[in-house]
Amino acid sequence: MREIKPRSPLALLLIGIAVLYAVVLFAAPLVAIIYGAFKDGIDPIIETLTDPAVLHAFEVSIGLALGAVLINTIFGLVTAWVLVRQKFRGRGLFDTLIDIPFVFSPVIAGYAMIVLFGRGGWLAPPLFPIVFALPGILLAKTFVSLPFITREVQPVLGALSLEPEYAAYTLGASRWATFRRVILPELWTALLYGIVLTFARAVGEFGAVAVVGGNIEGYTETATSFVFRAMNDRNSTGAYVVSLILCLVSLLILFLMNLLRRRMVVSRG
Amino acid sequence: MAEQSQVYGSSNIGEQPPSSRPYVPGFGAWGLRLMAISYLTVFIVIPLLVVNVQGLRFGLDVFWQSISRPEAVSALTLSVTTSLVMTVINTVMGTLTAYVLVRYKFPGKTLFNTLVDLPFAIPTLVIGVMLVLLYGPQTIVGKFLQQELGVRILFDTPGIVIALLLVGYPFVIRAVQPVLLQMDSNQTDVAQTIGASPWTTFRRVIFPIIRPAMVTGALLSFARSLGEFGSIIVVAGNIPMRSQTGTVYVYTQVEAGNMQAASSVSMVLLLVAFAATIGIDMMNWRRHARN
Repeated sequence: MREIKPRSPLALLLIGIAVLYAVVLFAAPLVAIIYGAFKDGIDPIIETLTDPAVLHAFEVSIGLALGAVLINTIFGLVTAWVLVRQKFRGRGLFDTLIDIPFVFSPVIAGYAMIVLFGRGGWLAPPLFPIVFALPGILLAKTFVSLPFITREVQPVLGALSLEPEYAAYTLGASRWATFRRVILPELWTALLYGIVLTFARAVGEFGAVAVVGGNIEGYTETATSFVFRAMNDRNSTGAYVVSLILCLVSLLILFLMNLLRRRMVVSRG
Repeated sequence: MAEQSQVYGSSNIGEQPPSSRPYVPGFGAWGLRLMAISYLTVFIVIPLLVVNVQGLRFGLDVFWQSISRPEAVSALTLSVTTSLVMTVINTVMGTLTAYVLVRYKFPGKTLFNTLVDLPFAIPTLVIGVMLVLLYGPQTIVGKFLQQELGVRILFDTPGIVIALLLVGYPFVIRAVQPVLLQMDSNQTDVAQTIGASPWTTFRRVIFPIIRPAMVTGALLSFARSLGEFGSIIVVAGNIPMRSQTGTVYVYTQVEAGNMQAASSVSMVLLLVAFAATIGIDMMNWRRHARN
């Protein structure tokens, strides 16, 4: 559909409604949180930012989100490859399964992990604890962000021409060299886009992490669980400041997403 | 896209590999396949099985009893009704926003288009905190709504719906937008030339084309809302029979060590969410079959 300049009153009305809706829904809460974080001056902000519990919570959030990104990058790439390039019985089923974390409530996923790995669970680990410990949080974050990389890479891989690949084989390149030098460069943008989405989802997760990790202060508490505890403890400034930081992180993520999407449009013509 | 597949695409997803390349999985291929299957089994199949086995462990009677407790019924009903209300508003406003973003030039449009994805990037718990700051009883907006209009946003149904509207905002827009972009302007021009009103043009020309995308976006946002937790627990609290949704109920039961109640309600929530996504799959499948 062609883009036109809005001339009719109806066009202006429609734009007005769309913008107003977005402003009421988003801009007002964003202004409210900036106001909330700054309303008691700068001292409580500095206090929050130097609070060891807050710093630790951010370390856990970011470190384990990066862990989830690593797992999902490796396995997500392999899964995309297998689903595009191999034919086997049950492939359609696996293809459908990938989307499940999108609709599977994170709280329920966390609960399933407790049943599996908790004390007296089906697969209770003998050596180190998973539930109410960091490995459980890593698993939870990996689960909720699982579909993104596969789903971003899959269509690009599927649309890739096979000729350059054959040419590489003909010239004597190994499978790995062909993947690294011929296929991977084509996938980069989509892969990075998937990585950004994965990180965003993993770093912001609360429900699954709260259930599996148990929000133990100074240990399994993540940035979002800190906000939750601060809200309940009436430490409102702490909650608002950390929330504002998480907002800024997500704006940065949004900016990256936008940049990558433009590159995709350019490279796909 | 059509031109692109002619240039590049000797194989598309779901198609047979070209016949010139007989497919024989080698040793490495089996390894990769095993990796992919174990990954999906560990992270998806097993958790799915766990919830269902745990829920049905003591038979259907116990399952039925635990989902017919008044708290459970109230929580499930609240989840489904708030998600439905959200879906209706979100579908109308999302379609309108997508149309405006595709059709009209206006200042700030690029920024607007970027910010649409904000709910994908922002932790939903933070969305909840933002809403508390905006609509809380001590704030200007919250005080006004409560005293002048008698509307309670927090710890009540309106707060849940507003939180879900934020969480589900991008789904319909991002589903409808590409379809509108690909649409041929000539069709709407012709309709207008032969004297159709804007409303008739929308209803008879545009709507039939974007309807599948609208339904997809609506069902996705519905399924997503059923599982929402972070924003709701902050905005609505955890008041049984009043503001406790299905996921909050599950959370409370897990905390209390009541696994049967948690599993049964989880199963119902998952079932409804799956029904919605299977609806999308079937719709897409039928459309592919027709073309």
